[in-house]
Amino acid sequence: MFTWANFFSQVFNGLALGALLALISSGLTIIYGTLGVLNLAHGAMFMMGGYAGYVVYDATGSFTLAVAGGALFMLVVGVVMERIVIRHFYQRPHEDQLLVTFGISIVMVEVVRLIFTSLSKTVPPPPLLTGITSLGVTFYPTYRIAVVAIVAVALLVLYFILYRTKLGMIVRAGIEDSEMVDSLGIDVYRVFMIVFGIGSMAAGFAGIVNAPVVSLTPDIGEAILVQTFVVVVIGGVGSFPGAVLGGLIAGEIISITSMINPGYAYVMLFAAMTLVLVLRPYGLLGARGRE
Amino acid sequence: MPSPRRYLAELLTALGLLAAPFVLPHLGLAPNTANRILVWGLFGIGFDILFGYTGLLSFGQAAFYGTGGMVAAYLLTRAGFPSVWGALLIGMLSAAVVGWLVGLIALRRTGIYFAMITVAIGEVFYFVEFNPLADWTGGENGLPGVPTPSLYLGFTTLHFTSGWALYPFLAACYFVGIVLALRIVRSPVGAILSAIRENPLRATAVGHDIHSYKLTAFVIAAAYAGLAGGLLGILQAFMPPEAFIFDTSGQLVMQTAIGGPGTLFGPLLGAAVWLSLQDFLQGALGLGSAWKLVLGVVFVLLVCFLRHGLVGGIKDLWRLLFERKRAETEAPEEATPIRAAPDSMPARAREGDLQAGTILEAKGLTKRYGGLVANSNIAFTVKAGELRGIIGPNGAGKSTFFKMLTCEVPPSGGTIVFEGQDITGKGVTEVCQLGLTKSYQVNQLFTRLTVRQNLTIAALADLRGRFRLDLFRSLEKIPGLQERVQHTLGLVGLTARADTPVSVLAYGEKRRLEIGLALATSPSLLLLDEPLAGMSPRERVETVQLLKSIARGRTMIVIDHDMDSLFELVEWITVLQEGRVLTEGTPDQIKSDPAVREAYLGGVHA
Repeated sequence: MFTWANFFSQVFNGLALGALLALISSGLTIIYGTLGVLNLAHGAMFMMGGYAGYVVYDATGSFTLAVAGGALFMLVVGVVMERIVIRHFYQRPHEDQLLVTFGISIVMVEVVRLIFTSLSKTVPPPPLLTGITSLGVTFYPTYRIAVVAIVAVALLVLYFILYRTKLGMIVRAGIEDSEMVDSLGIDVYRVFMIVFGIGSMAAGFAGIVNAPVVSLTPDIGEAILVQTFVVVVIGGVGSFPGAVLGGLIAGEIISITSMINPGYAYVMLFAAMTLVLVLRPYGLLGARGRE
Repeated sequence: MPSPRRYLAELLTALGLLAAPFVLPHLGLAPNTANRILVWGLFGIGFDILFGYTGLLSFGQAAFYGTGGMVAAYLLTRAGFPSVWGALLIGMLSAAVVGWLVGLIALRRTGIYFAMITVAIGEVFYFVEFNPLADWTGGENGLPGVPTPSLYLGFTTLHFTSGWALYPFLAACYFVGIVLALRIVRSPVGAILSAIRENPLRATAVGHDIHSYKLTAFVIAAAYAGLAGGLLGILQAFMPPEAFIFDTSGQLVMQTAIGGPGTLFGPLLGAAVWLSLQDFLQGALGLGSAWKLVLGVVFVLLVCFLRHGLVGGIKDLWRLLFERKRAETEAPEEATPIRAAPDSMPARAREGDLQAGTILEAKGLTKRYGGLVANSNIAFTVKAGELRGIIGPNGAGKSTFFKMLTCEVPPSGGTIVFEGQDITGKGVTEVCQLGLTKSYQVNQLFTRLTVRQNLTIAALADLRGRFRLDLFRSLEKIPGLQERVQHTLGLVGLTARADTPVSVLAYGEKRRLEIGLALATSPSLLLLDEPLAGMSPRERVETVQLLKSIARGRTMIVIDHDMDSLFELVEWITVLQEGRVLTEGTPDQIKSDPAVREAYLGGVHA
């Protein structure tokens, strides 16, 4: 049954999901844009970030520490993964890169399953952000409002790093032409390592921030990965603003369709992706040649 | 007359399938595992044509596996369809049709975009199967009660029930599947699919409609997946909804990569390794759910260190052990000098060919890249049978001019008329089919294929047209193909290197093959973009001889910086400077033209 209160809370759900997808997709898209590697383990990193935060929360009882711990852990995982595996795949075909990151995602999921079993784990929201808040037309869980705010801040930080720092300038230049950056005497491999770390951290951060909203299972990364792909196709590969825009669009499509019939959420998402592919093959904010 | 060696793969497969029920039980393999390996192997044949041969890595094959399986199972369980064979066939055809529709969308993009889109499409099918279509598919319960097939032989009826009794039926399906797939990869279509994997740009430029061929590979893969899905329902007497999940697509990709893509048998080997390891780890070692972790680690290590899977690894080992000896005994190959071929292979006669008069006319041709004007208002006319040279300092716009003539890039303004037909705005494939093609400044070859395969691919475009579905035709049965390839090999002096992979050719040989690729399409107008670039002085002399011999009977336009060679070769020269035609004339006129000197030397007069 349609009510305005229901509609508004779904719109808000869409905003929360969209913000989250925007953050995860930004991580994926800057990694792809800079390194030329599509990381199929990105969903698994989202999942792992959640679990890392869960471990910290279990030990300290502090949600803030859990967020910091989860994000930093994924930064380290990303850097190590780039250094040990990904680096050896820059000169190999795209297909090999897909295969190896896909394999790594399975290893990650199964390691988590081995340690934590398939039973779901929960991280409660911090005490300050529990309960519900009135939004005028409807009441809404306070923590979900906080998620939008937290993710917005994270996106701003990412924006600042990308557009206002020297590293960001190198990364953006690398997205356009990494060979040229290399020949300018900049150690691209160091930059690649940092970018992979930051991208992984974005996924991990989203994972722990999202943990109080859903319960953690080793398989939560898979659905997120698929949604992230749709976001990137809609927004355009290698485009940070595209990831944000695509994320919000995808979030709203999923939420609003779910209100009418959850079974059609993916169908609508896919229809939107097809429409973009037909009308703007390189994504809403993408540029030709970035693939 | 079919030679036994040609059908070796088919023969060995038949023997292997016949022997399996007698050998495998002694190795501790359960009949059900053997049957599952066959279903995955069959699923993988189609996927290997898509991934291993065409180079398209799809993570959404579960969609077609599930579709074929669900359609067949629905017909047999709920619709009361009497024939198992018929249901399997309809399931397979439905998967193929769905594959065609999905392919139209997914193939709009290549590379990682393609991979991402197939992942998304796979998920959509999963959700559609679970929710909107739950009334037909049984939702999360699947469709139980799928019957097994039987075969009435006149005097008795064979019932393929389960275990080893079902095995002959699945083995027969696999055998038919592999025989057809072997035919496909040996057909002209198969050759073109590997060309697409190696170099889609050149496959397009020699005149193949690669989009249609990719779609063909996609539909073939979907059809195999659909049949395998139907067999899954029969094998389990139940069509599981899990056939649609992402893990199914993932497992297929991993099994194929483990076994070795591009071999057709790789997926079967990969499935055998995967499923028997799973049984072993879960059963004998009691690892429970950790088996997948072990397989994941094995897979990552395999991708890192064994690039072409187990089959590739075995091949490499074989080469290491046996081929070194052979190489030592073989006489070192002399570089074959180019013999001026007596018959220079004139261009094939096409409808609309001109014997005399203007073959190419460009008017007002302009190309702007943003603010940069690469070509400005070029007027250019070439007579049929002419041998024209184009020179100009670096940055004069020569290569851009060529790209517009071959329709690789659309002009910003102006028209191009070839043999009286306006070709402005046509595609490079279409123009090549009309008889206008180019050899590239930077080699565009099919690197992992042999010299002969390279030329075959180019010749096929001319002999078969831009697209044809002769999936089961043997390459040898195409009239004129062997002669064309052999002749081109002779012309470019690569006969002795015919079966050498391009990756090990010397640079000069690659340059000659580059010309050979253009030549094999039998163009009536051949453009050559710096054919002499990077060659040694001796190679230059030889190549000029080659160009002279192929110029008989066709029109050619040559760009080069080697003035001495060019002046010797061509009759008439056009000089480009800063995107405009500076002057035209005979080599002698050009040599003594002060304006040309100024263009090259920047106004420094002697």
